[in-house]
Amino acid sequence: MAAALKTQPDYPRPEINAPLVHKLLVAFIRNEFHKVGVKRAVVGISGGVDSSLSALLGAHALGPENVLGIMMPYKTSSKESLEHARLLADRAGIKTLVVDISPQLDAYFERFAEADRLRRGNKMARERMTILYDHSADFGALVLGTSNKTELLLGYGTLYGDMASAVNPNGDLYKTQIWALAAEAGVPEKIVRKQPSPDLWVGQTSEGELGFSYRQVDELLFLMIDRRYSNEELLEAGFPEHFVRRVSEMVRNSQFKRRLPVIAKLSERTIDRDFRYARDWGR
Amino acid sequence: MSPDRYALALAQMNPHLGDLAANREIIRQQIASARSAGADLVVFPELSLTGYFLKDQVPAMALRADSKELKWLREASRRISIAIGMVEESADSLFYNSVLYFEGGELRHVHRKCYLPTYGLFDEQRYFARGRALRAFDTRFGRLAMLICEDMWHPSTVYVNVADRALSIICVSSSPIWGMSKQELPENAIYWENLTRFHAETWGVFVAYCNRVGFEDGVGFWGGSELIDPFGNPVCKAPYYEPAIAIGEVQMRRVRRKRISSTMMRDEDLDLTINELIRVRTGSESGAIIGARAERDAFAAPPPVRRSRKGRS
Repeated sequence: MAAALKTQPDYPRPEINAPLVHKLLVAFIRNEFHKVGVKRAVVGISGGVDSSLSALLGAHALGPENVLGIMMPYKTSSKESLEHARLLADRAGIKTLVVDISPQLDAYFERFAEADRLRRGNKMARERMTILYDHSADFGALVLGTSNKTELLLGYGTLYGDMASAVNPNGDLYKTQIWALAAEAGVPEKIVRKQPSPDLWVGQTSEGELGFSYRQVDELLFLMIDRRYSNEELLEAGFPEHFVRRVSEMVRNSQFKRRLPVIAKLSERTIDRDFRYARDWGR
Repeated sequence: MSPDRYALALAQMNPHLGDLAANREIIRQQIASARSAGADLVVFPELSLTGYFLKDQVPAMALRADSKELKWLREASRRISIAIGMVEESADSLFYNSVLYFEGGELRHVHRKCYLPTYGLFDEQRYFARGRALRAFDTRFGRLAMLICEDMWHPSTVYVNVADRALSIICVSSSPIWGMSKQELPENAIYWENLTRFHAETWGVFVAYCNRVGFEDGVGFWGGSELIDPFGNPVCKAPYYEPAIAIGEVQMRRVRRKRISSTMMRDEDLDLTINELIRVRTGSESGAIIGARAERDAFAAPPPVRRSRKGRS
């Protein structure tokens, strides 16, 4: 028999050991909350998989009685979103509150009737953020974040809106990893399996808007970001050139969303440049 | 306890970041627990007195090795020997990531971290001066050597320690969780567990690995501290991710038994290594020559190059 050259069969995929990650994130939330002396969390629950997972992890870490899930529908939001948020809250056993954001949104856009749906969508996300932060003060809690790594890398989120939080357990998990972990953590199957959507306007779906599937982009991002494949290697792995180029540009163009506002360097020690302390400084 | 048989405790703690008083309290309690469990030596993780991601806090956390602030450790070491990680300030005001060894009421040894990782999530060369020495030292348990985390990823450090006749290697660590995959442990934890076993078995020494737990700015530390015997078996192991004390017995006769069957240390040729390293370092083909055998070889003419002729092969 002739000797055959052995090659590595395939490229690595973004897989996780879901039970282990579940355990680590529960420990992470407990640790980061307790060290600042806070026992409670507020989380916006939309009925989607990201916020469902975040709320459940919060409940597992802090106890369901210490988690407040706030549903913040707008009048055009899908009824299914609210149903799913309630389903999740029942499953997790957390406290809930419904704040309809229609009156405050409509009052504002009466003055700016020409605003397109992107402006309206971003405004909704930011209204929701102010409600979460307001109730976090009332409930003696920190805001638990929901943004996942795929959306953070692509910039597919509203700066100071849904991207705002104190502690984010989802931020180093790609969307497909979120699905795996959500199933493990006990998020109801119909929430895990449904088509992802920010639900900012009727019929909006994330994959429709992005133009590719989460599975495709997660495999690409994992190699590009985590495993540092060059563009050449990505093409060799079989990703189309236009896809690689588009995703690279999205990551680069959204870098500002992952940073503090840029500060002009004047003094000897400028915040975050040469004044460097951990957030957990002295904790 | 005797030099041939002693109990070693690995105090896998979760320090507060930049709170010396809070950490001192944890360490006091751990020393008391280790003592009441019968330990003769207790090991604490890298930077356990201060926390790890100190950044600009480094100077504020630094203590001189002879500081009055460390009197409580010197005193405690009358009853139990202590290896502990902290920020150590030299007389000329340089800051080191060091591990200090206290025994019999005094400081016996300081190891300053030589390999300061500065890649990925690590930024140590920004804040710390680099240690320039790898020394084994004598204790009531025989000859030991201490390393700090990244030091051990460089095989040369352990090689120097065992060549310096250390029979136990203590490695203190603040090893973060990174490289999550489908496996049961993060990638770097798997690598660590191979590394400690490899060195223990290869050189026929005990390896005591003490890692920390907890989170700093979202970075978790995986724990899993363990004492590995010269056959590569864990004598004791702390759990992953949770604070704990693991205590295991070091039986020096196992070193002897291992070295009877595995003669790596007996056969190790220091001159060969040194000469070749000098040659590599100087870039010259002859290099500097050390040792009798090498001297003889140096004067010998190189073997003639035989050219093959037709009809002969």
